[in-house]
Amino acid sequence: MTTVPSPTDLDPAGARGADPGGAGRGTGRGRGAAVDDGDAAGLGRWRAAGFVAPAMLVVAVFLVFPAIWTLYLGLTNWRLTGLAAAEPEFVGTENYTDALSDPAFRNSLMLTLAFVFFSAIVGQSILGFALAWVARRLRPAVRSVLETVVLLAWIIPASVVAFLWLALLDRREGTLNALLGTDGTAWLLEYPMQSIIVFNIWNGTAFSMLLFGSALASVPPSQFETARMAGAGTFATLRDVVLPNIRGHILTNTLLITLWTFNVFAPYLITAGGPQGRTEILGIYIYRVALRDGALGQGAALSLIMIIINLIVASVYLRLLRERRS
Amino acid sequence: MTVRAALGAVGRYVFAGFVFVFFALPLLWLLSAPFDTAPSVQVSLPDFTLENFRTLWDNPYAMRSLGNSVLIAAGTMAITLVLAALASYALSRVRIPGRDTLLYLLLLLSSIVTGTAAMVPTFLLMTELGLIDRQLGVVLVLTGGLLPTAIFILKDFMDSTPRSYEESARVFGASSLQILRHVVVPIARPGLATIAVWAVVQVWGNFLVPFILLRSPDRQPAAVVMFTFYTEGGQPNLALISTFSLLFSIPVVVMYLFVNRRYGFRFHGGIKR
Amino acid sequence: MAAITTTQLVKEYPGGVRAVDGLDLTIEDGEFFALLGPSGCGKTTLLRTIAGLETATDGRLSIGSRDVTALPPGERRVAMVFQDYALFPHMTVADNIAYPLKIQKVDRSSRLATAEEVAGGLSLEGLTARRPGQLSGGQQQRVALARAVASKPDVFLFDEPLSNLDARLRLEARTFLKRLQRDLGVTTVFVTHDQAEALALADRIAIMRAGRIQQVGSPRDVFRRPANTFVAGFVGSTPMNLHPGSVRDGRVSVAGASLPVPPGLSSSVVDGSSVIWGGRPEYLRWSAVAPSSADDAITGTVTVVENLGASVLVTVEAGDGVLVQVVVDEDHEPAPGTAGFVVVRPERTLLFDAESEELMEPVAAAA
Ligand SMILES: Nc1ncnc2c1ncn2[C@@H]1O[C@H](COP(=O)(O)OP(=O)(O)O)[C@@H](O)[C@H]1O
Ligand SMILES: [Mg+2]
Repeated sequence: MTTVPSPTDLDPAGARGADPGGAGRGTGRGRGAAVDDGDAAGLGRWRAAGFVAPAMLVVAVFLVFPAIWTLYLGLTNWRLTGLAAAEPEFVGTENYTDALSDPAFRNSLMLTLAFVFFSAIVGQSILGFALAWVARRLRPAVRSVLETVVLLAWIIPASVVAFLWLALLDRREGTLNALLGTDGTAWLLEYPMQSIIVFNIWNGTAFSMLLFGSALASVPPSQFETARMAGAGTFATLRDVVLPNIRGHILTNTLLITLWTFNVFAPYLITAGGPQGRTEILGIYIYRVALRDGALGQGAALSLIMIIINLIVASVYLRLLRERRS
Repeated sequence: MTVRAALGAVGRYVFAGFVFVFFALPLLWLLSAPFDTAPSVQVSLPDFTLENFRTLWDNPYAMRSLGNSVLIAAGTMAITLVLAALASYALSRVRIPGRDTLLYLLLLLSSIVTGTAAMVPTFLLMTELGLIDRQLGVVLVLTGGLLPTAIFILKDFMDSTPRSYEESARVFGASSLQILRHVVVPIARPGLATIAVWAVVQVWGNFLVPFILLRSPDRQPAAVVMFTFYTEGGQPNLALISTFSLLFSIPVVVMYLFVNRRYGFRFHGGIKR
Repeated sequence: MAAITTTQLVKEYPGGVRAVDGLDLTIEDGEFFALLGPSGCGKTTLLRTIAGLETATDGRLSIGSRDVTALPPGERRVAMVFQDYALFPHMTVADNIAYPLKIQKVDRSSRLATAEEVAGGLSLEGLTARRPGQLSGGQQQRVALARAVASKPDVFLFDEPLSNLDARLRLEARTFLKRLQRDLGVTTVFVTHDQAEALALADRIAIMRAGRIQQVGSPRDVFRRPANTFVAGFVGSTPMNLHPGSVRDGRVSVAGASLPVPPGLSSSVVDGSSVIWGGRPEYLRWSAVAPSSADDAITGTVTVVENLGASVLVTVEAGDGVLVQVVVDEDHEPAPGTAGFVVVRPERTLLFDAESEELMEPVAAAA
């Protein structure tokens, strides 16, 4: 893991390396605030470093350090309580080999992959795009009502949203059973994974909708008109006009929602990982191992695995972002 | 052709209708239950009452947890805003070697070290620092997570404001702090407002971090306390939960709509494209 | 009030661009001085170095009796008007104008009184309660001037302050600016890439190219006697005719004609040497009939006629396919295809050295 270069490492000599006119002149008055290349406000590098330092300190302590510490923790048998809490021992890569050979972990990883694939990559992307596509040609009032409910599902706090779904899916009095006439169906017990997948689609589609909405708005109208004059149908228009224009947006959307869905914890509030671990996606699994069962070292090893998977997805995304910005 | 167009329009509205039902259905409960004399999980036309709000008002934990949410959100917002503003300003205006790499590294870190992935080390770190079960700990952890994105967005914003404002003030003899106070902060106000609202929205609904770091019910924010509302019979106290949910949701919805109207959507995805 | 002196001033940007390259320049006290040159030649950089917004890489700079090379901008007693005016959008016009006084810790009521007074002097009365966004471009430009005036500086620095105005307003603002500077008598450095603006406004002009000064002189000097072919081509609303020729028998062969050597140069030109002959279109005359001394004319055929308003610009194809341009009075506009004569006034033509492209000076003046 790379450490973040601290701004105080900067070479102060570089700041005013070329002293105009040399020594023996002037009082040196105001040099601290004096001109610096590319420094509109005359901050000077030291003050600039001072401005950046507090933020970097907080980030270093509360974001960077935990990430690095995970590396070490994962190599110990640290526990929340008991003997190993006081004096954790170094156990090498045992936690990692344990994790990789543990069927519960592999189960969790598979569940997570299925969750990400069906709820984010398939569900949110497609529904989000369909919404953005259809919304363009709805009446403005209808469109704004539709977009508002989709947005509400996104911005209402997760705790509230969880209760909404518990109520919706309730076995005896739930709205869904009443609506479908499937009285007594315990959705969360019979179809737990399907339930949280649908829940996550409901919860997160707004982002894809907004992203694709602005992507579609950026397609030059003249291209749509050309396609229409050539007699292209909806499918041909999508393939020949829309797709080439929004390829970058599709990639951005896929990578971001993959990253976020991979790290989701909200389903815990609905199923708590149950029944029998059938919805124990990675975040929930780590929580159970480390903080409920108390195996901190084991949990740290799992955390690191998760961070590494995040790193892979995020670095692909940032590389693309950077390429497009330059 | 017209038949096809008509069919298309019908198709669109049918689709829109289904999607609307899908998204609105779970939300109905939030509108009906709080006003029902005997709220159940069932959605029904409420037997209208405002009694539940009195129950809520009289529940000491509920009101205190909302206060805690305000405290944590305001604290995180304030620290994030001040630190991100200073850092992004300096990064935007002074050519610090490697600053672009630094920014990307920070952004990368903040997207991979999420609350979920880093809950174990964060928990241990806060235990070691004696910040467990303290709201300051929650504020600092949340701030650390929000800062990179906040700096990134604000720097973009500062980059797009002309330097000649500051240079002009400088030629008239303003010191860098005067420039900051008189010129930069007022001009950057829309960006700062956006970041402030964004931070509050992020923190307000956050469940995991306070759930892990706070033990005492009288320090926990609303997002966590909600799950402790049970009746004497051990059933979820739906009167309390539904009313509380509504009250708890309103601020973020209002703020979101405000920002959306005022500045448009661009920032909420975390990273602007 | 103060003169500005630069001594071997250098400004090199990181990356190696020498935007100002060893400049020696003196701008007199109270003078209206224009820095003229094509885009990217370093005018803005020089101005910003004078303001202190850029640090000189080498050399010195003094304003009045003070060496200000190392002083921060706020201590140089200069006022700058930026190309985009840099009016603070969140302050009223009055607060904008009073801003320098706020920095000087003048109390609020007296600085606002000064702002009103200055605003009145720049025809801004009645606008002081508005925000810059509610003003027209010309008004914004005057607010920026007013703010500079209110700071009572030793030196005004203007970076293309007229370039954001539309053509008609620009003329008005130009006159206004000139009168303002006359009245205040403050040393003024004015950056522009528009030669007409520089000629109209300045007491003296410095023409820059690639970080170096090509010529310093009065508008009349640089127009009539450009120091080299670059200045000759840059100054003037229609570009000077510059054509290669050679000296033969005490005359210059150019464009298929043999023209007299300009007065005072006959002793300095060497027979057989290559020169560049220069003649401004405004100083040439079109004649359909042969002039009395046909020797001093270039013969050719009119190919293009461009209307300039009260006059026309006529392009004549002369011998060897050389194109010569002449400004002709509207009453004597020739038709394309007409054959005739471009008559030359020897005292208004110039010769440049073909190698160095420098103006050849009469020996007496050079001595
Ligand atoms: N901040 C900078 N960093 C590097 N090069 C610069 C910078 N500003 C200007 N330059 C370069 O310096 C030269 C002069 O620029 P400038 O002074 O703006 O020219 P002008 O005002 O005459 O158009 C140009 O080649 C330009 O590219
Ligand atoms: Mg310029």
